[in-house]
Amino acid sequence: MAQVGKIHSPPAGRQKERPDQKLNVIGTRMLRKEDPRFLAGRGRYIDDIALAGMAHAAVLRSPHAHARIRSIDKGAAQALPGVLAVLTGEDAAAETDPLPCFANPPVVQRCIAVGKVRHVGEAVALVVAESRYIAEDAVALIKVAYEPLPAVSDMMDAINSRGDAVLHPERGPDNVAEHRNYLFGPVEEEFARAVHVVKRRLRWSRSGAQPLETAGAVASFDEGSGKFTISVNGSMYNYIGFTIATALKVPSHQVNLVPVDAGGSFGSKLFLHKVAVLAALGSRAAGVPVKYIEDRIDNITSCDNHGSDRIYDVELALDADHKMTALRYRVVDDYGAYFQYGLGTHGNGFSQTVGPYKIRAVGAEIYAVFTNKCQQGACRGFGSEVTNFMIERIVDAAVAELGLDPIAFRRDNFIQPDEFPYQIPTGNLYDSGNYPGALDMALQMLGYDDWRAKQQAARTEGRYIGIGIASCQEKGVFSATEFWMLNRVPGFALTSSPESASIKIDPTGKAVVSLHAPCWGNSPETVAAMVLAEQLGMDPADISITYADTDHGLPGTGPGGSRYTVMVTGAVTGAAAIIKEKLRRVASHMLEAGPQDLEFRAGKIGVKGAPGLEVTIAEVAMQAHFFRLSLPDDPDLTSGLEASYTYDHPLATLPKSDSDFGIFYPIMGHMCHMPVVEVDVKTGQVNFLDYVAVHDCGTMINPMTVDGHVRGGTAQGIGTALLERFHYDAKGQLLNTSFQDYLIPRIAELPSKIRIGHIVTPSPYTEYGVKGAGEGGRMVAPPAVVCAIEDALRPLGVEIDTVPVTPARLRALIREAEAKKRAR
Amino acid sequence: MDDFEISVTVNGRLYKRRIEPRLLLSDFIRHGLGLTGTHVGCENGVCGACTILLDGLATRSCCTLAVQADGRRIETVESLGRANNLNPLQRAFWQMHGLQCGYCTPGMLMLMTELLRENPNPDRETIRLRLNDNICRCTGYEDIVNSVERAVELMREDKAVR
Repeated sequence: MAQVGKIHSPPAGRQKERPDQKLNVIGTRMLRKEDPRFLAGRGRYIDDIALAGMAHAAVLRSPHAHARIRSIDKGAAQALPGVLAVLTGEDAAAETDPLPCFANPPVVQRCIAVGKVRHVGEAVALVVAESRYIAEDAVALIKVAYEPLPAVSDMMDAINSRGDAVLHPERGPDNVAEHRNYLFGPVEEEFARAVHVVKRRLRWSRSGAQPLETAGAVASFDEGSGKFTISVNGSMYNYIGFTIATALKVPSHQVNLVPVDAGGSFGSKLFLHKVAVLAALGSRAAGVPVKYIEDRIDNITSCDNHGSDRIYDVELALDADHKMTALRYRVVDDYGAYFQYGLGTHGNGFSQTVGPYKIRAVGAEIYAVFTNKCQQGACRGFGSEVTNFMIERIVDAAVAELGLDPIAFRRDNFIQPDEFPYQIPTGNLYDSGNYPGALDMALQMLGYDDWRAKQQAARTEGRYIGIGIASCQEKGVFSATEFWMLNRVPGFALTSSPESASIKIDPTGKAVVSLHAPCWGNSPETVAAMVLAEQLGMDPADISITYADTDHGLPGTGPGGSRYTVMVTGAVTGAAAIIKEKLRRVASHMLEAGPQDLEFRAGKIGVKGAPGLEVTIAEVAMQAHFFRLSLPDDPDLTSGLEASYTYDHPLATLPKSDSDFGIFYPIMGHMCHMPVVEVDVKTGQVNFLDYVAVHDCGTMINPMTVDGHVRGGTAQGIGTALLERFHYDAKGQLLNTSFQDYLIPRIAELPSKIRIGHIVTPSPYTEYGVKGAGEGGRMVAPPAVVCAIEDALRPLGVEIDTVPVTPARLRALIREAEAKKRAR
Repeated sequence: MDDFEISVTVNGRLYKRRIEPRLLLSDFIRHGLGLTGTHVGCENGVCGACTILLDGLATRSCCTLAVQADGRRIETVESLGRANNLNPLQRAFWQMHGLQCGYCTPGMLMLMTELLRENPNPDRETIRLRLNDNICRCTGYEDIVNSVERAVELMREDKAVR
């Protein structure tokens, strides 16, 4: 059991670059290096790749939620002119192993279904043809005889499924993928002692990241070498990319995965295995390069990356002084047909399961169930956005039930700024923070008291204005060690989640930085250039960035879990330190001064106390590259000027037990959002009148891009709160498979302005004190917006426990509340 | 299916091609002409990533057949400034962080090009109303509105210099 509270002898960190130093580049609003190519239409996205002789693939998808495949007749499809190959699940299974799965024991998922389909949209056959048009024509000619099986759509039914309704009978007699009970601290004792217990049932509906670009891959199989080259718009290829080779049944050096620009991910392209395997399989079968790009229906029905889908029964224990003491919940999570990350989306939430509050004990009973739906993956927050929703909803419930002030109640329960580093009951550590400071800044920026007065005045006019408050955590930099404790038997108990950077300074003093994970829209080129420019005093314009494929890649986990900026900063800083050491040694010979007497000046190395006695980096680089014989015969002084560095997780410890996960996600961001909404009670429409968002992501490398993430994340969170839901009916049919009915916020649905404030509590563990910022907006907007709507409708007594709160749903709640009122 | 011969002027250059009547204009532009700046997002005409100008009018190229463009004039993102010589609208997007992943950006630029030709001095509400045609998943739109306002300033400055 973890000791909860301030840690008096905190773990030593590896921070070399202190946050309090004077910085020249970091912290400036530098324009992004990525943008000119994107603005000119010169990005290189997956569908922009065209190889000589390339063919195109299309997929036949299951119309059934659950069915046995009795027979497949591919004759007519194969006979269509222009068709190069038609592959069924059995054809594919002869050539491939199951797709990667990180649950233990793994759940078998095939790139093309074998024997049985388990959700609408699952692949049944792959066609490769001269054009996508012909491939789709051929798909329509394949005849499949299905024998429908009972479909499981309701997650509560899934727990008790039997017989033919069981998706994976080899794993057990029901559709429970996993059932775990975690106790962090004295939960029973705290609840026994509690003076108040507040309970709610909450429903978080299934939505998804749905970036504008779908997933895709272009693969070519070289018969001569037996090697696949696969361009794919996924990430983590330099981390777990070798598992794609395993799926293709070839040794890992026979697959080179090549990164491309991704048109958004928000988690959903975290690790794209299926599209890569399908394209590679098609290429090997057809003997030509093959492109497979999901269309929107492919992506919505079968992207492997739907978001969390949960029902919570949650209880909060409070003492007589309204201090929160313990939290207990039972959650059922509908994972869909497969289970690629196991309980990962719940382990993630354990990193911050008490929110910013001093809750001493947490109990979590988790049922993960299989249903006939697309499987879950990653979606901006990786489950922790739901944890935040659960915590803030139960906090709001306590406020309502006990008649408390929402501000004072939060403030009285916050972990205080002098209590860091702070250990929470799960064993994770919060490195630093200032939660009251963020709350105060938000109150002040919003003009909270003024809005309360306006709210009162509006109510007398019959208008419904509400103010929302949410104070939430944004965990940063995952260590992956939490996965140990999520599987009953740890599968592959890894402890590494590194990131690398390679720097080459050419003979003229210009730099190329290689990154080992892709560009997802998150400006890694700008970050890397800014950090290197800071380190060497270079002009960022003299630095260019490339992305290493797996043939050339070093360990790189990639963006995800609000980690990339922290990790790239660490990796570039580490590589720059090696470069600087060599620059210093070469310059010391050029300047005939001891290395200890030299200092770095803007783009130059000079002798301390001797202004003007200096050489430029370009002069040293030229010396290092071409004039070996002018340097001492020191075996370490090899020609050239390049370095690579692999930066490991800045602070993680080994897990101890099921009740103490150790430190696994400690770089803790925080945000406080306060939206003001007006609800039109006649239509259920929610309009934003104001929106304040205060964030703390430690030291900001580039405040402009941080603000961009805050605004964009908040927009997605508003979508989750108000609009987005994959609507499966009782038979497992997905009713909204296009953007016409899966609603993504347009500008009219969003606040016209999100006013952003920043609190800066630098991390004591990362270089320069940087924390993560990519997920925060979506991790806080849903509870903030729901709180505002509930506040607006307080006179009607409407309680909201379900997202999304669509206009129709809100109208139903208002009707119910009005009927109740009339009945009284 | 019999092929049709079409002649289309794309970004000022005349192309004559034999195409299938079912070929989408988006595929014709992207894969037929290799102008991959125009992107495809939803294939339903909802998101607007594929927006091009057809005889000056913002048009969803994913819901238009290439044969419908016969004898007409198309402008795509490639007709705007080059990466090393961005036009005022592109420059404004760069300065005001009007893009993140860049995927919706060409459609946004073409939509706003149409707006600014119609009305070189649109107010914020007018910009917002027009932006409601297209979807961006990254930015939350606010920085795009700011970018278009900035473009108005840059265009005015450019004129003043001339």
